[in-house]
Amino acid sequence: MTKITAHELAKKQKEISVAEFFERNKHILGFGNPTRALITSVKEGVDNALDACEEVNVLPDIYVEVKNHEDGECKVIVEDNGPGIVKKQIPHIFGRLLYGSRFHAIRQSRGQQGIGISAVVLYGQLTTGKHAKVISKIQENRPAVVNELAIDTNKNRAEVISQDITHWDKPTGTRIEISIIADYKRGKRFVYDYLQSTSIVNPHAQITFKEPDGTEYMFERTSDVLPKKCVEIKPHPYGVELGTLIKMAKHTKNRKLSSFLKTEFSSMGDRTTTAVCEKAQLDKGLNPKEMSREQFLALHKAFKKVKIMAPSTDCLSPIGETLVKRSLKHETQEISPEFIITVSRPPSVYSGNPFQVEAGLVYGGNLLKDKQVNLLRFANRVPLLYQQGDCITTSAISSIDWRRYGLEQPSGKGIPTGPAIFLTHISSTLIPFTSESKEAIADIPEIENEIKLAFRECARKVQHYIHKKVRRAKTREKFDLITKILPEIAKKSASMLDKPVPSLEAVITKIMDVIWIEDLIEYEKVSGEPVQTTLLEDSSEKKEEGTITKSTIMVVNYKRTPQKFNLYAVIPQDAVVGTVNPKPAKVTSNYIKWNLDSIPPADKVDVFFELAGLEKGDFDENDLYIENINPSYVIGADKWEGE
Amino acid sequence: MAKDYTNVISRINLIASKIYDDLQNADIPFLQLSTRAKSNIKFDEKLSVWKYGKNMTERSAKSLDGAYMLLRTMYMVDFIKDMIKINKSSTLREMYYISEGWDLAKFSSQQESDSLAEDLEVITSCMREDFKLRPEEDGARVIGNLTIEEMTRNKTKKKIHCQDDVGDAGYSIPYNVEPEKISFKNMDADFVLAIETGGMFDRLVENGFDTSSRAVLVHLKGQPARSTRRFIKRLSEEKNIPVLVFTDCDPWSYRIFASVAYGAIKTAHISEYLATPASQYLGVTPADIENYDLPTDKLTREDINALKSELSDPRFQDSFWKGEIKLQLKIGKKSEQQALAKYGLDYVTDTYLPEKLVEMGMMKK
Repeated sequence: MTKITAHELAKKQKEISVAEFFERNKHILGFGNPTRALITSVKEGVDNALDACEEVNVLPDIYVEVKNHEDGECKVIVEDNGPGIVKKQIPHIFGRLLYGSRFHAIRQSRGQQGIGISAVVLYGQLTTGKHAKVISKIQENRPAVVNELAIDTNKNRAEVISQDITHWDKPTGTRIEISIIADYKRGKRFVYDYLQSTSIVNPHAQITFKEPDGTEYMFERTSDVLPKKCVEIKPHPYGVELGTLIKMAKHTKNRKLSSFLKTEFSSMGDRTTTAVCEKAQLDKGLNPKEMSREQFLALHKAFKKVKIMAPSTDCLSPIGETLVKRSLKHETQEISPEFIITVSRPPSVYSGNPFQVEAGLVYGGNLLKDKQVNLLRFANRVPLLYQQGDCITTSAISSIDWRRYGLEQPSGKGIPTGPAIFLTHISSTLIPFTSESKEAIADIPEIENEIKLAFRECARKVQHYIHKKVRRAKTREKFDLITKILPEIAKKSASMLDKPVPSLEAVITKIMDVIWIEDLIEYEKVSGEPVQTTLLEDSSEKKEEGTITKSTIMVVNYKRTPQKFNLYAVIPQDAVVGTVNPKPAKVTSNYIKWNLDSIPPADKVDVFFELAGLEKGDFDENDLYIENINPSYVIGADKWEGE
Repeated sequence: MAKDYTNVISRINLIASKIYDDLQNADIPFLQLSTRAKSNIKFDEKLSVWKYGKNMTERSAKSLDGAYMLLRTMYMVDFIKDMIKINKSSTLREMYYISEGWDLAKFSSQQESDSLAEDLEVITSCMREDFKLRPEEDGARVIGNLTIEEMTRNKTKKKIHCQDDVGDAGYSIPYNVEPEKISFKNMDADFVLAIETGGMFDRLVENGFDTSSRAVLVHLKGQPARSTRRFIKRLSEEKNIPVLVFTDCDPWSYRIFASVAYGAIKTAHISEYLATPASQYLGVTPADIENYDLPTDKLTREDINALKSELSDPRFQDSFWKGEIKLQLKIGKKSEQQALAKYGLDYVTDTYLPEKLVEMGMMKK
């Protein structure tokens, strides 16, 4: 046996090219099989398109087309109405892996540490040998640029095969066409689901999807308001890793440790900085560039030992209860669900990273009763389609006992069975995915807890709804009784005895013996300005048309004595209150309160209010509460438990 | 013979004025009636039958169901008044169909209207016949050495001998068996044998049991109609003749016996008209299953529940029934009258019935 020397070994060792790396790891990058590859390609394209539009405050209008060639080859086309890409940048964005501006910033974004669209270009090149085509137009009165690109896999650089100009009707925008090997037959359903889901969490986007056979689907825009711009934030000491800390120190312009900490991290004031330095036994005046590994380690440890304020959470851009509800309503029209409930939790923090959980629950209608509840999972407005079982949202939902809320769940654990869809959306500056394919969220206790809280709140609302429904039915029965049956009994007995029909008012109050509250919601389309101006600043873009939601609450006293109490109507936070009648005692962003005057027996009071800033159906059910009266006297409203 | 309905009409009017007065006084209208349930039947020492006890049920307009019930009651009462006025009668089924035109007060099933008619009997202490309501013809049959005089529809009296003047199907009991319609004339028999199934009735007829054993055979046709029970009751009392009940061996058959002998839960308000306290249960008993080694079926869950329910039924509290029911629950089996055919077609008339009759002291060895 001959001995192999290190020199000989070195001949075999060589740099692994990007292409090889990709080939070996394509499963973790989302290209594991031809079905996955199709969805990942569409997903990367759509994510980029949405980001591009939002970057420049344009409501996204996205066109997705899949053309199906023979031999399992597909051409994926994604087109947007964003700002376009300057000629020079095109090869970098589409032809280099791990190139992008988003990678280093800490803020809520779709792609995050993503491998991005260039991976799709590479996958296409590796599987079909075909070049990617990119059309971009950056100014209305200039021609569009057409690029054909390939990736030089040894250098991780784009190779521009051809560049030309062309006429394009769009004012600005980007269009990519990439040929890939994909299983369209299998992937078809997933592409549709992915785009529909994307539309649910991006109510401001309009997505058109054209299938190979020419069928077109339109996922309509349900909101004209762009999501709040996500602010970039500095890293929080709780979340920073040792390596990152060292790297930051190396590149800092600050010469003193104290100013380095104060300027490059969030939530670090004078006091906290002093406390951290003391804990780490480090001089505040140290030059961060000259610190030793041991000193960094002490600093890193000290971070965890000092109480540091949570990072500001205004960098997050949740969708909002009303918009989630509106989207769900729009996308579940065919199901005609019985009710939709949405909940937005307040922002929270895990290891220095702000996050926020939103949950939605669609119930009833044509949804199948004997199927498992359909879980829709989203992270930063991107649908998560795979690895449901490994995701924290799934385990959080499974740990709630749903049996109390009309769903089946053997032994009170696991994904419940019943006619429902559960939506979970997590926004964060850093979504803790379990792996690079970014399909499942890792097991973080803080996040799990927030998801549970969100769904418990949903469940409570479900119970409230069911409770209300049962009582409504009972009320309806009593109403039938007093309005139809009782007068008939009176008439019949009178005619048999040849006597006048007796008056029923007193008997009716005795039978009912309640205060009966019923409500009615109507919508009115109005042109011109809504009742009050909304808080939106961009008044130039204010729509000429709007919907006024009109809610009428009828309060009838069927008790034998006069009744006086306070009434609360809960309103959505994003609504603007218009006319209110009678005069309310208090109006907040959450509710309207009335101190009703004493209502005599058998008398009725109408309470009316208007809401602007909502679309038809956003507010489709009154949530009414009463105060200063025995709640068992009242049908149609619950006891006010305070804010 | 025109019946006087003045009393009926005044009792009916009481219902209307009760409701009217309640409304006038601003009270929630209601009607009260005896609770028609197993838990509310008590043995009446004087009448020797089971009657309703003191528990009352209230039908009040406070609930939707109660209000509907009151409205239907008003309509039914009005309809009965009309029938009395124009001297017509209707079947229960006809009344159910007539209620179709009662708008909100219409019934959703005949069971509902039948049950309300019974409620009305309980409330007014009148009988269904007083309301001009009658059941469907049920045609229960009689064969035996008995002469009946029936008032025909031509208003002529006709004597019918229940062996010589009838075919093998026997004399058919009409729905009205009151004295104005039928009377019992000559009879030469030792006992009445009431039989649950048509098959067994025909077997005894074919075997000439009515002649050989001096019996009047009455076919009960399952749960016997009111007229059949009233017929047996009158025959037993007027002719002073014992009544024996011969049924299948299962919990439902025991209820048939109870309705003949003690009074049915549903009609306990008129038990003294319908029940024959002197009747005795002949068989088939659970003990017979063992003694005669009869072919059996397993008790179903419903059978077992019915037997258990009978153990808490006040009518089945004597030692005979308690013993037999417990025995049946123990062996877990039931049998039919016609299972006696295991030993041949004549076995029932040659062996089983004579042995049972001797056992009961009806016949000497």
